[in-house]
Amino acid sequence: MKLSKTLLATSALTVAAAGAVTAQDMADSMTLVSWGGAYQSSQQNAYVAPYLEMNPDVSASWDESSAEAVAKLRAMNEAGNVTWDLVDVVASDAIRLCDEGLAMEVDHDELLAPAPDGTEASDDFGDLIVSDCFIPQIVYSTTFGYRTDMVPEGVEAPNDICDVFDLETYPGKRALEQRPINNMEWALLCDGVAKEDVYDVLETDEGQDQALAKLDTIKDEVIWWSAGADTPQLLADGEIFMGSTYNGRLFSVIEEQDQPVAMMWDAQVFDLDGWIIPAGLPEDRLARVKDFVRFATDTQRLADQAKYISYGPARESSAPLVSTHAELGIEMAPHMPTDPNNAENTFLYNYEFWADYRDDIDAKFQAWLAQ
Amino acid sequence: MSDAATEPDKITGPTPDNALRAADKADEGPVLAADGTPLKRSLNRALRAQKLRALALIAPLLIFVLVSFIAPIGDMLFRSVENQIVSDTLPRTVRALETYDATSEEVPGDEVFEAAYYDVFYAAERKLHTRLGSRLNYEMTGASSLFRKSGRGLDDIGEVYLDQFEDLDENWDEARPWAELMGDPDWIAAQEAWDGESNMPEFELRADISEVLPRTAASYEIFARFMQDEEGDSPLEEEPWTVVHTALYQDLSERDVSGYSGPRADMLRAADELVASPDFETVSFRDAFEEIDEDWVTPEIWQTIKMYSPAYTSGYFLNSVDMQKTPEGPALRDEDERIYGLLFQRTMFMSLVITFSCILLGYPIAYLLSNLPASKANLLMILVLLPFWTSLLVRTSAWKVMLQQQGVINDVLVWLGMVADDGRLVMINNQFGTIVAMTHILLPFMILPMYSVMSTIPPSYVRAAKSLGATNWTTFWRVYFPQSVPGIGAGSILVFILSIGYYITPEIVGGTSGIFISNRIAYHISSSLNWGLAAALGSILLVVVLLLYWAYDRIVGIDNVKLGG
Repeated sequence: MKLSKTLLATSALTVAAAGAVTAQDMADSMTLVSWGGAYQSSQQNAYVAPYLEMNPDVSASWDESSAEAVAKLRAMNEAGNVTWDLVDVVASDAIRLCDEGLAMEVDHDELLAPAPDGTEASDDFGDLIVSDCFIPQIVYSTTFGYRTDMVPEGVEAPNDICDVFDLETYPGKRALEQRPINNMEWALLCDGVAKEDVYDVLETDEGQDQALAKLDTIKDEVIWWSAGADTPQLLADGEIFMGSTYNGRLFSVIEEQDQPVAMMWDAQVFDLDGWIIPAGLPEDRLARVKDFVRFATDTQRLADQAKYISYGPARESSAPLVSTHAELGIEMAPHMPTDPNNAENTFLYNYEFWADYRDDIDAKFQAWLAQ
Repeated sequence: MSDAATEPDKITGPTPDNALRAADKADEGPVLAADGTPLKRSLNRALRAQKLRALALIAPLLIFVLVSFIAPIGDMLFRSVENQIVSDTLPRTVRALETYDATSEEVPGDEVFEAAYYDVFYAAERKLHTRLGSRLNYEMTGASSLFRKSGRGLDDIGEVYLDQFEDLDENWDEARPWAELMGDPDWIAAQEAWDGESNMPEFELRADISEVLPRTAASYEIFARFMQDEEGDSPLEEEPWTVVHTALYQDLSERDVSGYSGPRADMLRAADELVASPDFETVSFRDAFEEIDEDWVTPEIWQTIKMYSPAYTSGYFLNSVDMQKTPEGPALRDEDERIYGLLFQRTMFMSLVITFSCILLGYPIAYLLSNLPASKANLLMILVLLPFWTSLLVRTSAWKVMLQQQGVINDVLVWLGMVADDGRLVMINNQFGTIVAMTHILLPFMILPMYSVMSTIPPSYVRAAKSLGATNWTTFWRVYFPQSVPGIGAGSILVFILSIGYYITPEIVGGTSGIFISNRIAYHISSSLNWGLAAALGSILLVVVLLLYWAYDRIVGIDNVKLGG
């Protein structure tokens, strides 16, 4: 009795002294959920490994389930047994998870570290905090890559989004994602709709038909992809002339695998990727996750991540710190989707629009595809 | 020849037959067992004991299957009709909409907006309104953001009242005065004595307050219970939600509180006077909703809520046969949104094609396997089983490499000069690719049952037929083939049922024209999160398979199916 009382008293003292949660109150393992591949290893290298080095008692395991994160979290939540501690999702999924009450709302200024100059986290991340549950990590973009050796002779290399729809000048197969998002916008842009009107037009039935009609002009030449690795593979095999995918995947085809492929940044669509903390974690696990997230999203760590993959750090204060690729030694800044040269004509994924219209337009899109 | 006395039935006297007949005629009651109980009952009891013992023996397996297989599947399929979310989240609105005529194309009256205000406000505090928004967005485009916006926007109504009450008396925005006005004195005492660790004493309304201020009391009670149960905070220290102030305004404008003499009576009377004064600013619920989003004053959202207010809905099943609920009843979807009928047909058709290609390819192999000498047959068997043991994904990806336009087959054809370099065949990302890859993957499921049946056909039958003068063809067709039909039957059922639910191969090599209904089910499970629709599609698929099985049983007879022996 006496001993345990003394122990209690001592640990209470320690807590008071530290003024924060002590290591004893934090779980010593974490399950992180991510996308696998090069992206996950950039996370592993940039902040998971350093964090584990600083906290040798802690272990982290990966679950490569981000693609089905929303469905799996919902199932876990219904079963009352959430085994994940931190989940990497795209912004639209973070919004849905927040809507469904499956992700925890966070106070960004309290949870996340301020920038080195003292700027609050919410100002440093700025508009990228698209949901109260979302802790941004990177800005990536969906854009086109093309085979340089398949450009017909005497023709300028494709540099306009509408070249995708121009089968006469640029004959060959294309790869597009098997979902309406992005494709519908590109189709409207190339059908004479002004950039600022795209979503107004897409709200109407006529606008949706117009976009599908435009896509119809290249439908026979399109291979529809559903996994991010498909387009790089198809490009490397020479199956397609041009195809859309995430810019980091194209970077790795071009720079790391040295394929005759080039980027076409025109009308790239920006999107965000970041962490969410599942709702209802027990206190010790939550404390560990909060400690980790604070470290993993600070200015230096996000800049470090850009050494391994060409995705832009979500913090404004990280941008000047972006350096060279860890293995190739090339400057990473020109490969970032946010680089001014690449970002001449960009699009920002309209989360609210697609949250509303996703089901409706997808039904039409899939029916159109199946015809 | 025979005389009457010797015919068996005519013999009189004690014979066994006569004794039985006598027993029948006598009808002396049931035959008794040794212990005196009727034989029938005694036999039944023995049988029942036997059955129970058998049941007890299989019980572990039965319980395992029930718990880990049937129950989860049943639960999942049940979601295809389940729809409590609307009436659980918006109970008052659903009640207020009972008299609303959804076909009228009119916006419902103010009482519905009032009910919706309270419902959406409480749901927003519980963070359930966005969940309902996503649910209704499957039926009505835009519902998702409508509810998301409204959760925040509805605070404005209560704030109008809160500000005015607060200007009158700051106590209206304090926790304690509210608790005294609403709470039972015993509860207040108990709550004050609460030590902060054990369970909080559950909030109790003061005895007569519900009569004086019915809406306010109900609203405050919801607030107080929520604070206690969900947040773990004491209502003595939390200012009430603004919805309580709205309720207070409504009560005061309708009721006379001059007779009230409980705690904080002065405060209440002053508020009553304020509400009665002409300067008091009020907001109509309808206007407030309209200000949040104009969609609230269109009939569409109310029709949708009304149509989906019952606890069980046929909506998912209608969706899965390309129909939809409308106020006038079920109707076909627009032509450009119909997809499931097409996919069901295609799934059936392709599964049949795959089954037949498996029969065509598998039959000769099974025949060879069962007729070759053992050493060669074993080698062949390994060749059949090897792909069977290889990972599904590897085999599917291999087909991708083989079939694509820059792939092995096309390269060989171009090299042989059979195909021009710019006219390479398209063999993947279409139905052809799916059929080829799936036929290959499912072939062992056809060969193995066929083989096990064929190996039991005695070779002597074939020799006998030949020795009786039959040609090779006649021998095969009239003697061998009929005996191998049960193997074909078993293989066909296996292959057909497996292929009808196949998912990963069509996803990888199917493109858009080669995908199955299961790909859409997977999409709704993991991407669109419309589990109700996925469950409805899955239920239909299950019923179709069971129907086909039943038809197969009637036509071929399930007893004719052999997996071996």
